Amino acid sequence: MSEPAASPAISPATTPQALAEALAAHGYIVDDALAMTVYLALRMQRPLFLEGAPGVGMTLLASGLAEVFDTRLIRLSCYEGLDLAQAAYEWNYPRQLLALQAHGRSAADDAAIDDLYRDAFLMRRPLLQAIDAAAERAPVLLIDEIDRADDEFESFLLELLGEFQITIPELGTIRARHRPIVVLTSNRTRDVHDALKRRCLYHWIDYPSLATEVEIVRRKVPGLGEQLRRRVVAFVQRLRREDLSKLPGVAETVDWAEAMSHVADAGAGALEPATVDATLGLLLKYHDDIERVRGPLVEQLLAESA
Amino acid sequence: MTGAAGPGHDVVGFARALRDAGLPVGTPEAAAFAEALGWIDPLVRREVYLAARATLVRRREDLAVFDELFARFFGGPAPARGRAAPLAPRHDPAKVFRTALVAYMAERAEPAARELEVSEHEKAASELELLQRKDFADCTPAELDAIARAMRELRLDVTLRRSRRLVRARRGGRLDLPRIVRDAARRGGAVLALATRRPKLRRRPLVVLADISGSMELYSRLLLQFLHGVTQRHARTEPFVFGTRLTRITPQLQIRRVDAALDHAGREIADFAGGTRIGECLHAFDRLHARRVLGRGAVVLIISDGWDTGDPARLSAAMHRLARRAHRIVWLNPLLGRAGYAPDVRGMAAALAHIDDFLPIHDLRSLHDLAHRLGRLPRRKGAVRAPWPHKPRAGLADGAPRSDTRAARSPHPAGRRGEP
Repeated sequence: MSEPAASPAISPATTPQALAEALAAHGYIVDDALAMTVYLALRMQRPLFLEGAPGVGMTLLASGLAEVFDTRLIRLSCYEGLDLAQAAYEWNYPRQLLALQAHGRSAADDAAIDDLYRDAFLMRRPLLQAIDAAAERAPVLLIDEIDRADDEFESFLLELLGEFQITIPELGTIRARHRPIVVLTSNRTRDVHDALKRRCLYHWIDYPSLATEVEIVRRKVPGLGEQLRRRVVAFVQRLRREDLSKLPGVAETVDWAEAMSHVADAGAGALEPATVDATLGLLLKYHDDIERVRGPLVEQLLAESA
Repeated sequence: MTGAAGPGHDVVGFARALRDAGLPVGTPEAAAFAEALGWIDPLVRREVYLAARATLVRRREDLAVFDELFARFFGGPAPARGRAAPLAPRHDPAKVFRTALVAYMAERAEPAARELEVSEHEKAASELELLQRKDFADCTPAELDAIARAMRELRLDVTLRRSRRLVRARRGGRLDLPRIVRDAARRGGAVLALATRRPKLRRRPLVVLADISGSMELYSRLLLQFLHGVTQRHARTEPFVFGTRLTRITPQLQIRRVDAALDHAGREIADFAGGTRIGECLHAFDRLHARRVLGRGAVVLIISDGWDTGDPARLSAAMHRLARRAHRIVWLNPLLGRAGYAPDVRGMAAALAHIDDFLPIHDLRSLHDLAHRLGRLPRRKGAVRAPWPHKPRAGLADGAPRSDTRAARSPHPAGRRGEP
């Protein structure tokens, strides 16, 4: 009944700054606030609860962490009705039924029934994989879009995050040898229960600052000239101040920057309103939004963000 | 006030200050902060700030209050937090302002309304019979109190939806393999019966957007009491009020005691009994809250007389977006109970094309009808909506649905007032 051992390979996280640099080396840029929260989550062995608008890179942080710690990323995407069978483990029922039929005549003895619930028939889903004692080192467990799951799953998760063990009635309790690095994300389509948040360190991820976003684009789209890169990001940042149904996320900025690297005249380093109009679909995903921005507003925003 | 950040931080004191300001900070959070201080450089103010924020804040809305209290507690200017929008001073005691609503309520409230005695309750019951069909606008303060008490008993029977979680079914449904195997194992491998599962039924979330502008003044206090009752009874309710701006009052109305709840809500509302810009407020709702509260097939109640000083086109666009996201939009209009009323108000006309049910809410009976009807809302099919003809039609005063196609399709003609 000992506590799960500390995550080993925590060396890249000796200070928040070192962690930020390690993440940056793997292409993930964080500001000092997020670096501190991640650092403390690792040190204090708490799950990390990330909330923010879609497209600010919450999921990417988890894969960035997995790369930094050179460990496995185990991802569980949540949806309503997600249950133990999909999240933790499931028995291979068809095989069990076959085994039962084979045993048929001599069955009803306990040995036959025990034989049904052995490891070979167990299908490991993400949560069980994550705490599986066989893992050599702590994996990164990404529980994505927890806001899409329902109350029942939240209460189960609460238990798991407290103990890091899963009890399978037929097999016994499986305990994590290494406590996984847990990242939960939420797009806030629903308020997640406070009890769950209490176990975690919370961080709201905002859209990145101009400098940070320029840096992200520099890494993701190296082919784009510096001047144009700055114009592209400035335009997106200006666009986010408009009253739109869905603001462009960082992923959209990167997509658009990539598109610009193909269509824009790299030498000129300027954004033409016509080019922007023609490619707005990469930034805005609602027809109403595109209609609103296209034309005069694009010109105005370009002028303002120049 | 403690001076600059130093090693001997008053963790407990700071946690208490946050708690007093309304943040959900308890001993576990304070302990987490103390632990975090061990992992950082406690002499660097920015690190202390970030560590405190990571361990003590769990909601984006609380960041503004947190920043201000941190600055006050640890000295110095409020730390830079990026360019997040300034937020309502919900919990800040220094900025608490009593608004028109509180004054208005104090003026109108009878002392008797505060505590309810048994004898009074009996007397009220017989009076209620008479009050059933009396327009709220014509009621005396004493009668309004009686109505408010009756409203507390009101249960809104919100319609159900099939969730994607499965529960055991008596018959029908999908095969429940785990159970079949378990049963078979118990019976020596023989499959004697096929266990099945079916989707679990859940209540739909309820979102209420109530107009508290000047033209609705007569109904506002009752409305808030009604909202309080609904929020208390129905777990997934998100009440909002609007006039010139939109205010979410969910946390306030979750307070159990009605007086305290309305008092807190009143502090939130800055635009009580003022103008109306429904379109703007619905846009604000769409931008700030819709994602979060309209999931899971929510039913939206809009309570307003439709007097709008804003741009009807903007209102229409906002309603269109709302209609796409909500399971159903029910518009409750107190004027609909008046004889001869036709929705020729500009805002109302703009909104009608997008609503599913158009019902009166002007007396107790209409409230009871509503409570009953919400449980039996028919399923909405198709997104195509016929535009509302601008000239008033016969049957409108009865709250007939705005679309004949809809009425023909649905098993319960939506929106017809249940007559005795």
